[in-house]
Order: sequence, then C-alpha cells, then structure tokens
Amino acid sequence: MSLGSPGPAAVDFCGLSLAGPIINGSGTFDAIAALRVFGDGLLEAFPFDAYVSKTITLAPRQGNRPPRLWEAGAGLINSIGLPNKGLEGYLRDDLPILTRLPVPLITNVMGHSHAEIGELVSTVGSYDQVAAIEINVSCPNVDSGLVMGADPAETAALVSHVRGLTNKPLIIKLTPNATDVAAVALAAQEAGADAVSLINTLRAMALHPKTSEPWLGGKTGGLSGPAVRSIALAQVYEVAQRISIPIVGIGGVQSGDDALNLLKAGATVVAVGTESFRDPTAGSRIGAELAAISRKERE
Amino acid sequence: MSDRTLAPLGRRLVELTQAKQVGAYRLMTCCDPDGPLPQAGQFYMLCATDGWGGGEQERPFLPRPYSYLRASGENSELSFIFEDVGPGSHVLGSLQPPAKLWLMGPLGIGFWRPDDDRRALLVGGGIGLAPLAAWQTELADQANAVALLGFRGTAHADAAHLLRDPQIATDDGSVGHHGLVTELLESELDRDSHATVYACGPPRMLEAVRLLCERRAIPAQLAMESTMACGFGACFGCVVPTRDGYLRLCVDGPVIDAARVQTALEGSDQ
Repeated sequence: MSLGSPGPAAVDFCGLSLAGPIINGSGTFDAIAALRVFGDGLLEAFPFDAYVSKTITLAPRQGNRPPRLWEAGAGLINSIGLPNKGLEGYLRDDLPILTRLPVPLITNVMGHSHAEIGELVSTVGSYDQVAAIEINVSCPNVDSGLVMGADPAETAALVSHVRGLTNKPLIIKLTPNATDVAAVALAAQEAGADAVSLINTLRAMALHPKTSEPWLGGKTGGLSGPAVRSIALAQVYEVAQRISIPIVGIGGVQSGDDALNLLKAGATVVAVGTESFRDPTAGSRIGAELAAISRKERE
Repeated sequence: MSDRTLAPLGRRLVELTQAKQVGAYRLMTCCDPDGPLPQAGQFYMLCATDGWGGGEQERPFLPRPYSYLRASGENSELSFIFEDVGPGSHVLGSLQPPAKLWLMGPLGIGFWRPDDDRRALLVGGGIGLAPLAAWQTELADQANAVALLGFRGTAHADAAHLLRDPQIATDDGSVGHHGLVTELLESELDRDSHATVYACGPPRMLEAVRLLCERRAIPAQLAMESTMACGFGACFGCVVPTRDGYLRLCVDGPVIDAARVQTALEGSDQ
C-alpha cells in the first residue's frame, strides 16, 4: 500500500489477516518474472495484499500453442493453457522466491481428477509458506467428463474429497461458464470450502481477420478485462445472496470504484487481473483509491 | 549481476517532444528523465493517456511494445518508430507535442556482444530497423559492421537513413537492390563469412535469416516480435517456440540466440 497515507483497515479473509482487500487474480501477475524485470524494488512496493500464484498442476505443462492473445473490445481473450513447472518445479524453484514476498501466499492448483487435486492440496498444504490454497475447477474431470465447477454435485464431490487433506483455507475459484454459479458456490460451501473466488474468464473466441479460422492456438479462450466487469458484479451479487463464506470478487476491476462495487455486492476481497497487464502497479493504485473513497464515506 | 537494464517499477508519464513522418513511418521522441539508459534491443510498452482502453473506442486497450530507436543519456530522449497498422499505432501516431504518454521500461533482454572478433552484420526488415539502429550506435567501435535493410518500396525506404551507410533492398526495386534483404546477406557472407548476424524484421524474413545462418553455421541473434499484453512476464501470451520449450519474449527475449529458436514464424501479430 502506498506510504504516507493511511491504508485501508486490515481485512480478515478466512483466517488470513491482510493489510488491505486487494489481491491479484491467479495467472495475471508473475511475481518471479516481475522481480527479474523490476528488481527488488517490487518487494518494497508490492501491489497486492496477498499473492495468488499461477495455477500449478501435478505434471509440468508447456501451455497452448500461440497465438495466445487477442485484444478484444475493452478486454483481452487469452488462451494461455496454464503453463507451469509442475508441482515439483514449483516447490523447488518458485516457492523459495515467493517466500520473499511481503504478503501471504495463496497457491492455486488444478487437476484432472480428485486424486490429482488431492495430491496437490495435501502436498502444497504441508508447506508453512503457503497460507491458503485456491482450487481452479474450470477443468474437466477425466473420470466423469464434466467440468468440475460447472455442476454443483461435481463441485461438492471434489471439495468433500480434498477437505480432509489440509487444514489450510480452501478457496474454490468458480467458473462463470456454469448454468447456476450460485448453486455451485453453495455446494462448495456445504462441502467445506472456506471461500469462493469469481469470476474466472468467460469462454470467448476470435476469428483470423483473413482466413476466418479461429485465431487462438487453443481455438477458444477466456475473456477478461472491463468487458466482463458487469457480469462479474452480477455473479458476485447472486452468489453473495446464497452463501455466507467470503468471496473474492474478480472481473474487470480498473479503479477503486470498481473494487468498491464488488465489495458492496458482497465480496470480502477483490482481485485485480487484466489491469495489471496495463500497469503492474495497478493493484497499489486501486487500493489507494479504495482507501480514499472509504475515508470520504466515513467523514 | 543482472542480464538487463532494470526497469523502474510501473509505468510513467512522459512528454512527447517530437513527432514527425519519416516516409511511411512515424518517428516519435519523448523525454524520459526518470528512466535508466536502456540496452539496444530492449523495448518499452507505450500507450496514450486518452483514447486508450475504454469509452467509445474499445481498442486499443492494452499498451503496445516497441523497441527503442535511439536513447540519449544526455537529454533523456527516447525515440521510437512505427507504422500506422492498427488501433494502437493509429492513436500513438496521432499524438502531437506536448502530449503525454505512458511508458514502461526498459524491458526484456537486448543484443549482446559475443566474445569473438566476428564482424557484425545487421539485417533489418521494415520497422525492424529500430533496435538495429540502437545496436549500430552501441557498435560504433566496430568499423567493419555492415547494415542491410529491406523495405517494400520508396516510402518505407525513406527511413533507411536512420542507420549509417545501409545497403538497401526493396521489393519493388525502387531503391537499391531489387529483391530480398536476405539476398544482400548471402552476398555479404560470400564476401566474408566471419560474422555474427543481428536481425529484426517480419516473421518470414527472420525465418529466412535463421535458416540461412543455420545452413552456413553463422551465429545469429534475432530480435523477435509477438503480441504482448503486459511486457513483464505476467500474461504468458507472447511465447515463441524454442528448443527449450516456449519462451516468453518479454522476459527471455525479445532478442534470442537463433540457435535456440525452432521457428520464427509463430510469434505472429494480431
């Protein structure tokens, strides 16, 4: 948070004490790459109150073939494909560096079966440096063929399976590409989740301007940015009506006002994603704007 | 020791001090007093303060990456050159001094000096001349360095003077050699192949340079291009295929040892 001006009050987020309510969306800020680019100055002015890692899978992933990006109207369609070094590589190479960050570390994981996700959760959860675990459920279950986060029963089965494997807070990162997101959120809560985060990107695509073939290497991708802000607000609002566990509000946040909207709709903390691509210090700016609005409201 | 000039954290507002047309291209100079002196081949993310990222104009939304053309430590000047080919370059090209723009950088890894006595062959296609102009300045002590530039035609070749004593090739034969810049490169290598090639240009040109250098066992550094959302490793969007897997051009490039590159054709533009 910016020095010199009083920051926002500390936030309790499922047992984690955060200095403020602004975190990053998974996969939108690579703190390790940023340290290479900006140096250790990043640690002194870290833009977020907690850091969410990119998605870690059991085995390493190369990610999708390029092109991976399409600039959409007021947004971005990405088809990155969750490149990562795998669990072993994360623990060996990344965790020691992420431990240097001045904020709590939330590790995001994804797997294709209950067994895979279970192994990730129990292993990652055993590290003291990891404050909480976020599970990306926007992925098909190889055993059932269904996208885990698209169906309440699938989500409940997954959360029940992993709940006993760690004492760390479990955050379920919901997919917006579901018929009834609030029902999925409720199922996650009843199965023992500590929080939910939403929204992930919306399925989207772009065609090559000359060939009319799908532009992205992965054919479809996920839309993010200001273009999805009002959808995020609606989903956060609906979910908040149905559950009592904390919500991470995500979607097109560019300003303190945008963040405040998500908080008023029921979120406990807000994640900044695509806006960090435009400005790596966006999280600090949004946090400061939010604090200024809150001060004004109190006066 | 860092392998690059580090960027100050975050974007900064800089003032445009000059904007002019150079043939088909726009040459823009701004004053960046708070930035460090970059290394040739490093780049910056640029965007205008208005008409970018919202309102009636939905695009441009993301900043755009440009290698710098010239950097002056004395008056903190940074120059960029680009062509009006899309919404981003269109808005940037319409700016007039003393407009302000956001800039972040220097970013990425630039060209490096090999530890040998090979002469430098700079090979550029179109706007790819930008990092080569910067590199030529850094190589001022190498009297036998040669610049080879390819363009579509006269209007684009107007920018050739931004490098010292270039040999020019044009697609339409209106200026210099009628043909491809890689043909000039072949001739230079036939004359004296004890050289390192530094290339920047469109994917097909870079791929031709890469294959030619591979065939003749000439070391080469390619300044590559890809669509980027962030420029600092966050989005994983700008990857190119290499023998070590996909590399993010923004943090592990944009200049890459050609021997590592699998194909220069895949890092395409929107």
